[in-house]
Formats: sequence, C-alpha cells, structure tokens
Amino acid sequence: MNDMRLTERSVDANEIKIAARKVQVFYGTTHAIKDVDVDILDKTVTAFIGPSGCGKSTFLRCLNRMNDTIDICRVEGDILLDGEDIYDRKVDPVQLRARVGMVFQKPNPFPKSIYDNVAYGPKIHGLVRNKAELDEIVESSLRKAALWNEVKDRLDAPGTGLSGGQQQRLCIARAVATSPEVLLMDEPCSALDPIATAQVEELIDELRTQFSVVIVTHSMQQAARVSQRTAFFHLGNLVEFGETAEIFTTPRDPRTEAYITGRIG
Amino acid sequence: MTAEATNIRPSLFQTDARTKRRNAAEKRFRLYGVAAVSFGVLALVVLLSSILGSGLGAFRQTFLTMDITLSAEALDPKGNRDPAEMAKQTTITYGKVLGAALEADLAAKGLATEGLSAKEINGMISKEAPAQLRNMVLADPDLIGQTITFKALANGRIDGFFKGRVTMESAALDSNVSPAQLELALAMRDAGLMGLAFNPGFITAPDASELRPEAAGLGVAILGSAYMMLIVLVLSLPIGVAASIYLEEFAPKNWFTDLIEVNISNLAAVPSIVFGILGLAVFINFAGMPQSSPLVGGLVLTLMTLPTIIIATRAALKAVPPSIKDAALGIGASKTQTIFHHVLPLAMPGILTGTIIGLAQALGETAPLLLIGMVAFVRDYPGVPPEGLLDPAAALPVQVYNFTQRADPAFIERASGAIIVLLVFLLMMNILAIILRRRFERRW
Repeated sequence: MNDMRLTERSVDANEIKIAARKVQVFYGTTHAIKDVDVDILDKTVTAFIGPSGCGKSTFLRCLNRMNDTIDICRVEGDILLDGEDIYDRKVDPVQLRARVGMVFQKPNPFPKSIYDNVAYGPKIHGLVRNKAELDEIVESSLRKAALWNEVKDRLDAPGTGLSGGQQQRLCIARAVATSPEVLLMDEPCSALDPIATAQVEELIDELRTQFSVVIVTHSMQQAARVSQRTAFFHLGNLVEFGETAEIFTTPRDPRTEAYITGRIG
Repeated sequence: MTAEATNIRPSLFQTDARTKRRNAAEKRFRLYGVAAVSFGVLALVVLLSSILGSGLGAFRQTFLTMDITLSAEALDPKGNRDPAEMAKQTTITYGKVLGAALEADLAAKGLATEGLSAKEINGMISKEAPAQLRNMVLADPDLIGQTITFKALANGRIDGFFKGRVTMESAALDSNVSPAQLELALAMRDAGLMGLAFNPGFITAPDASELRPEAAGLGVAILGSAYMMLIVLVLSLPIGVAASIYLEEFAPKNWFTDLIEVNISNLAAVPSIVFGILGLAVFINFAGMPQSSPLVGGLVLTLMTLPTIIIATRAALKAVPPSIKDAALGIGASKTQTIFHHVLPLAMPGILTGTIIGLAQALGETAPLLLIGMVAFVRDYPGVPPEGLLDPAAALPVQVYNFTQRADPAFIERASGAIIVLLVFLLMMNILAIILRRRFERRW
C-alpha cells in the first residue's frame, strides 16, 4: 500500500459533526450493532470498512434514521448531530434527512428527467422561490457532481437512460442539491466500473471541502484512497477507529490487521 | 459401465441415451403446450363463431318501406295540432293508417293479395310500428298533412323468414303466420317494398314484449350498465386505491391488519350472488333505496369490485422497487410525498389495469343484479344522472338472461346479439387498459 500516500493526508482538527455514543441496534432479537462510539468530524471523509454483515451499513443508516422504515429495527444509545439527539421524539426524520443526505449502493435515479431528479429535493424542501433559482441549484449541483458537462444538453432526458457511473453521480447531485451537512454513502461504487469509480472517488474528495462525508466500502483500497478517518467494524462491534493512515499502517487490533491483510472477511 | 467403455471417448455426433430421453421429454412438453393452446384457440373460435353466427342477425331487421299520407282527419280531428289533443289518437288509429298505406302500396305495385284478409296483410307489420309512427308524429306535429316514407318494422315471423328461421313448412303449422303471407312477403321484397336493413333500434330501443321480438333493443340495458359502471368507477377506484395505499404503506403489521388482509382476499372469492343478497338486505330493505335502480346495482358491484382493485393495487405498489422509495426518503421526502410523487405514478399502470379488469368483471356480472330487481322488464329510459341513477333500468348481462327466458325463437338471435354488444364493450375496456398501461409505463 505504498502508492497510496497515506501519510501525506493529515487530518485537520475539525469540529465534531456527529457524535454517536453507546449505539445499539436490534433487528427483532438480533443484536446487530453493539456499543458503537464514533465521532464524525466536519469536512472530513470517514470510511466504514469491515466484512459483509458486520453492521457498517446498518450503522450508516442510523445516522439519518433510514432504519425507521424497517419495522423490526430498534436503535438505542445517543446519536448527536451538532449536539442534538436525532432520535429524540421531537425530531422529524424528514427534516433530519434534508440535513443528512444519502447515496445508495445501487444507482437509483427517479424515472424522471435528469433535471427533475436534481430539482426534486429543493422543490419539496422549499429551498427555491422561482424557476431561475431552481435552474441555478440544478446546475451547481450537477457541477459539484462532475456531471454538468456530460448532461447539460439533455436535462430533459430520463435519468434512467444514463450509464451506471453517470446515474450514480446524478444520485450524488440529487443528494447535494438539498445542501446537506453530512453525506452518507453506502458502497457508492460497488456497482460501477473502475473508471466511474475513480470519478466518484475524485468527487468525494472535492465534496469534503463543503461537508462531512461518511462512506461505507468493501474496498480497503478505496477507504485508503478517499478517507481521512476509518472505522473498522466486525460482527457488530466497532473494532478500531482512527486516522486512516494509522489504521492501514499500524493497526492496533489483531482483527483489523487480519482484515486489511485479507485473512478475514 | 465397463472399464473398456470408460476409456472410449464418445463422439459428439452421437447422442447418448440420456440426452435422447431429455430431448424426447422436452419435445413432449412442447407438444402438450401446443395442444393446450390449440384447444384454447379452438374453443374461442367455436364460441365466437357460434355467437356471431346466431347473433349478427339481430343487427339487421326486415323493414317495410311505405309511403304514408298522414291525414289530418284521422290523426288530428280537431285540427289544432295540440299534442295533448293528438295524444288521444291511440295506436289503433295509427295502425289503421299503416294498414291503409300498405294496401295502397300493394295496389300500386299490382301485387296480388287474393286469399289474404286485411287482418292478415296488416299482421305483416310489427305491432310496434304504429307506436313508433305515433311517437314520430307526436314529436313533430308538422308532419300531419304530409306524405312521408316510413320504414315500418316487419312482424318477427316475416323477419324470421328472411333470416331462414321460418320456412313455408313451419309457417303451415304456425298460427301466427301463414304460407300465403310469406308468399306475399317474397313478392314485396321483389317489388322493393320490403327488405333487410341495418337496425339501429337494436342498440338504442328499449326492450319489447314477448310478442314483439322484432322491436326489442338494448337501449335501456346499455344505459343502465353505463350508469352502474360510472358508479363503480367513481366509488371503487378512490376507495380501493386509498385502502391499498394505507394497508401497503402505512398500516402497522399486526394481527389485525393480517386479519383485514385475509378477509379482503376472501372477499374476492365470495360468489357474486352473495353480494346480491347483501345488497338486497342492506341497500334496499334497510336503507330503502329503490329496486332495479342503477344506484343499488352500482353499489353492489362496487362491493364486488373493491377486493379485485385492492389486490391489484397492492401488487402494483409492492412491485415498485424499494430503491426508489429509499431515494425519495433519503432526500428528505415525507412518506406521503414519497408515495404520491414516486410510488403511485410507478404503480399507476398496474392500478389502472386492475381497475379496468375489475370494471369488466362488474360489467359482465348478472347474479347479484337479479336479486336487486334489475331483471325487471323496463321500457322507460332512466333519466339523466344524478336523478336518473334512481330510475329503474336494466343491465346488459341481465338483458341477455331475459332474452333467453322468452319463448319466441326470435329472441335467441336477440340474446346472441346482446352478447356481441357486451363482448364489444369488454373488448373496448381491455383495449383501453392496454393503452393506459402503455401510456403510463415507465422503466427504471
């Protein structure tokens, strides 16, 4: 892993955006996440790695309460966004999700035009007052997602007609359009080819300047390439969490070492 | 297998026994499939050809073309053209006018009428014809004094003669028609006084009595069925879709919703006549709604259609990929926004197809309508909705049933004709379903 220039990337001392304390997640009687404490820093890319079924996606979905849609799922512990408990009874998950956006594993554009895909979020949140402002948001979001140049001539074309990589960037543009503070990405590149993956990774690095990004990935190389901080999950436990460089070069836990060297997973 | 055999590598050009058996099995299965499909197609062809063969005749009818002088002395003796006064002249008067006109026409063409009494000659005209002429004159009193060309319906037996249903032999045994009348009918046809022509009355006219099969039409039945479909659509679509959305997306999953779910599935399988009894007990006996009315029929059919629509809608909602729902929720759309902006549009083709299939089922339903009195003999058109929904009306499938209950063989043709009309409506609804599905279909 010498080519990854891990040491070049230092983590700025950013303030904590999301603080998770003693988080437990149950699916019915299954204890899926056990006692997880994680601090997500602002304007930082945090990667969650771990073998399949270790709970990293589950934990990610706790951060914007997407797990609410699963009836048997129960979350305990505290998850604070800017010091406010997002699982408080007064919190409306709809409002929360406008601030904590999400990009999914499989590109899932709406079966509408490219324009409508991006414009949907700002429209339902009332972020714009007229068409000109909406046009502006659509353009800037597509630019941020590095998709503008490819689609600017066919904004009326269906979003589902794009290639896989373009679709995923469209989904990122759609998430960015509501100007979230945190962007959660659940294996955003697992359905993409290496070129599209590289584009999305580059994009993630750029997005970091504006907000905090949390990415779940199966590829350790990807975690090493894009993230500043990495959390390693195993069997529902947070095994190790720290700066990416440290995790990959000097893991403290033998399980982390076993995973990154390919012996478990 | 011997050691020797294992060493010999079999040629690819030779099919081994196992492969042969497999191929034979596949061939057999294909044959079964082809046989099953052919059987279905054959059955359909037989059914359609028998219905078309016996029913198409209903759309053509024998008419007598005659010139009638509508004399004021006979039809408006007081001469003031007052419709109330004119209405006092009954169909008997008009029958005499028709008879006189027919005799004059026969004389003019020089057709021999020896051996036929005036009553027999008049008997060739349908008993419905004087009533039609009377309605025509009452609707337009200015016709009095003029000589008009009137196409009078021929008697059902004469009509049957031209359609091959009645023969000289059968007429000899028939007290309603004599071979001499048939001879005259042939002569009249050759003289251009009588002939088969398209009969719009079959679609527009109301039902007619047992003795006048030639005048029976489907007008009231089509109107009644249309009113009922309107009620079914207006009630079952919103109720069904709302119930499905709630059950599918909002309702908590517990024993109570499970119970509701099981019951909806069971309701879809309940025999339709049970809904008829329910309608009779609840809507007519308890709520006091009028019998034979499209309103009650529509309500009963709505109850029957609801489970179909709910099941189809829930299936359509379930088929929407959860990734679309996730995407909308992930941007911060509320549950309602997610459903109405994304899930419902994607489920629309399925919902519409289910609704139209439910409507088509309701259109062809007979049994529950028998119980709520729609089997009655109705000659008056129901009024314009909404009041018209309370007027007595018939329904297409019940009309078919009614026609088959009558003794005159001419009604066999009427029944098959009514079936054709019903099938055409069903076909149009299915085509509409296909068009709507194409229209709303989106890929993801």
